[in-house]
Amino acid sequence: MNTNTPHSGSKSARPSGFSLTDWMPKIVLAPTMVIAIVCIYGYMIWTAVLSFTNSRMLPSYKFVGWEQYERLFNNDRWMVALTNLGIFGSLFILICLFLGVMLAIFLDQKIRAEGVIRTIYLYPMAISFIVTGTAWKWLLNPTNGIQKLMIDMGFVNFKFDWLINPHMVVYCLVIAAVWQASGFVMALFLAGLRGVDGDLIKAAHLDGASTFTTYRRIILPSLKPVFFSALVILAHIAIKSFDLVQALTNGGPGYASDLPANFMYTYTFSRSQIGMGSASAMVMLGCILAILVPYLYSELRGERSEK
Amino acid sequence: MKKIALGLTAVALSLAATTSQAGQVEVLHWWTSGGEAAAIDVLKQEMKEQGDTWKDFAVAGGGGESAMTVLKSRAIAGNPPSAAQIKGPTIQEWGDLGFLENIDDVAKAGHWDQLLPPVVSKIMKYDGHYVAVPVNVHRVNWLWANPEVFRKAGASIPTTWDQFFVAADKIKKAGYIPLAHGGQAWQDATLFEAIALSEGTDFYKAAFVDLKDDALKGPKMVDALTKFKKMRQYVDPGFSGRDWNVATSMVINGKAAMQIMGDWAKGEFTAAGKRPGIDYVCLPAPGTSGQFTFNIDSLAMFKVSGKDTQKAQRDLARLVMEPKFQEVFNLKKGSIPVRLGMPRDKFDACADSSMDAFNAASATGDLVPSMAHGMAVNSMIQGAMFDVITNFFNSDSMTPKQAADKLARSVKAASM
Repeated sequence: MNTNTPHSGSKSARPSGFSLTDWMPKIVLAPTMVIAIVCIYGYMIWTAVLSFTNSRMLPSYKFVGWEQYERLFNNDRWMVALTNLGIFGSLFILICLFLGVMLAIFLDQKIRAEGVIRTIYLYPMAISFIVTGTAWKWLLNPTNGIQKLMIDMGFVNFKFDWLINPHMVVYCLVIAAVWQASGFVMALFLAGLRGVDGDLIKAAHLDGASTFTTYRRIILPSLKPVFFSALVILAHIAIKSFDLVQALTNGGPGYASDLPANFMYTYTFSRSQIGMGSASAMVMLGCILAILVPYLYSELRGERSEK
Repeated sequence: MKKIALGLTAVALSLAATTSQAGQVEVLHWWTSGGEAAAIDVLKQEMKEQGDTWKDFAVAGGGGESAMTVLKSRAIAGNPPSAAQIKGPTIQEWGDLGFLENIDDVAKAGHWDQLLPPVVSKIMKYDGHYVAVPVNVHRVNWLWANPEVFRKAGASIPTTWDQFFVAADKIKKAGYIPLAHGGQAWQDATLFEAIALSEGTDFYKAAFVDLKDDALKGPKMVDALTKFKKMRQYVDPGFSGRDWNVATSMVINGKAAMQIMGDWAKGEFTAAGKRPGIDYVCLPAPGTSGQFTFNIDSLAMFKVSGKDTQKAQRDLARLVMEPKFQEVFNLKKGSIPVRLGMPRDKFDACADSSMDAFNAASATGDLVPSMAHGMAVNSMIQGAMFDVITNFFNSDSMTPKQAADKLARSVKAASM
């Protein structure tokens, strides 16, 4: 679309007195902007407003101050969800980054059939979390998954029942999510590694640095921006995780594997507690901002100092 | 551009069509699975015979959650459907918001007060006026058993919880799963409320209907919770997150001996070609033989404008309560009619005994609303109860006493 605008624009613009060429991009972008402002920021503000009201089944505008937040943080289930987010989020991000970097480095060793292997590792990302969750639900189910396989193979005492153990179930979420996302992190880092100046590596080798040192001291530090992008993407995947829990455990056993997004959905839509649900949504937004703001700040500062 | 114009014309035409038609009734429901859809088709047909048009507004999924979300947005926009599938205390919530239509005239002409047990009609009324019409009655406290498994294990089918534990031990020893169960909050609650009901109707009502603090944390609740926890050892390790119909199929194919589930489980047995009394047995849940936990689907009537639309709405309310619809619908759905004193030659043995129990329980006062199915308390309190019950069932450290205290506390917090 953009490619024709200068041509067609300049033809019709002159007679009307102002340059359509200048206006075209703005006009084309305007609907998107309006939708973004109303549907993202507008509703964000609405949710914020609702979180200070006593809304139950339908939105109401009787303001009750911080009461919904007080109730929220007195709610056992919410605290379980928040704790789970802490465990799930940190393990998921760390393991994904570690595996992603390692896979990228191994693939970068100019091995044979790299394209095939890369595709295999990247493929889980093409699957939706619902499919991942369902497949892992079967694998982790003690009566028909890995545990049964091992028992059938003769390891009679093999036990792997994390899925039904309230203390361990959150690690099942980590396993499934890592399986899905580490290939994507690998792709990010692989692209980064390919961008590293080859002369730099040659120079390091000439100076007698080992491959390990070269990676640790020279290549990986130069990938800082990639590292940050991966971190931000993984963090928001972790915070908004909803479908994975829904498909893999449905919050169970009990509500031991609830994450904040599932809590928000349950309270807002099935328990007619729009006020409390909105409050939990605002806390989630706060978590995302806590990660995004420092990142954006450092990015913007970086740009300024480059100028 | 042409396409848009065509689309607009089509919309305009359909708008014109709707306004010119006499008496349209729009019904929001989530009866979308095979048997249910066939059941609701009966109503569509009958409405057509009355000269009214039926506008189907089926929203599938999420046990009605998605439908409720759609209903809320339609109601806020000032354009609610004529009727919506709403049940239990949720009817009161909609009544509080002033959305529901008084249909006392239809109820009076149809003698609903005489036909419905008072516990049921109370749910259908807001502020003393009928605003909803009951469609069917499900009995929740059923025990489904596979007699073949019992025979092989040398156990007899239990009628009390003590017998249940004896039988379950034998079945477990014989290598079968004693209780087919799915680890979903509502299934945990279904099992638990059956146990709680065996502690007595008065206790059940005090705890789950009147939410009395001393009943919620009292000795009977602790006893019920202790028995409930004992069930944990009779389910197989793969129960987590299992759907109810998968659990039912375990009873059908002889992997498990029993399931505590409402009478919708019968549909699974029937679909598998099993005969009641021979291939499977339906009994009241242990210790609850004279009692009846009901789960009633109903259609709540919304305030609509236009004479024709209102007439159609009243036709709908009237037809739903008529014997013909009650019979055909419930035969298809596996539930029983809500009207007392219907001919029952077409119903099977399980439905027949369910109807006996419904009549008897409504006379003795042992007819109670199901907490697990949203008939007793509003969704917030129900959710709070679910959280405690399901968490206790899966916890390895919480004692029954702690759980009872927590139940009382959560209910109090949720009712604020």
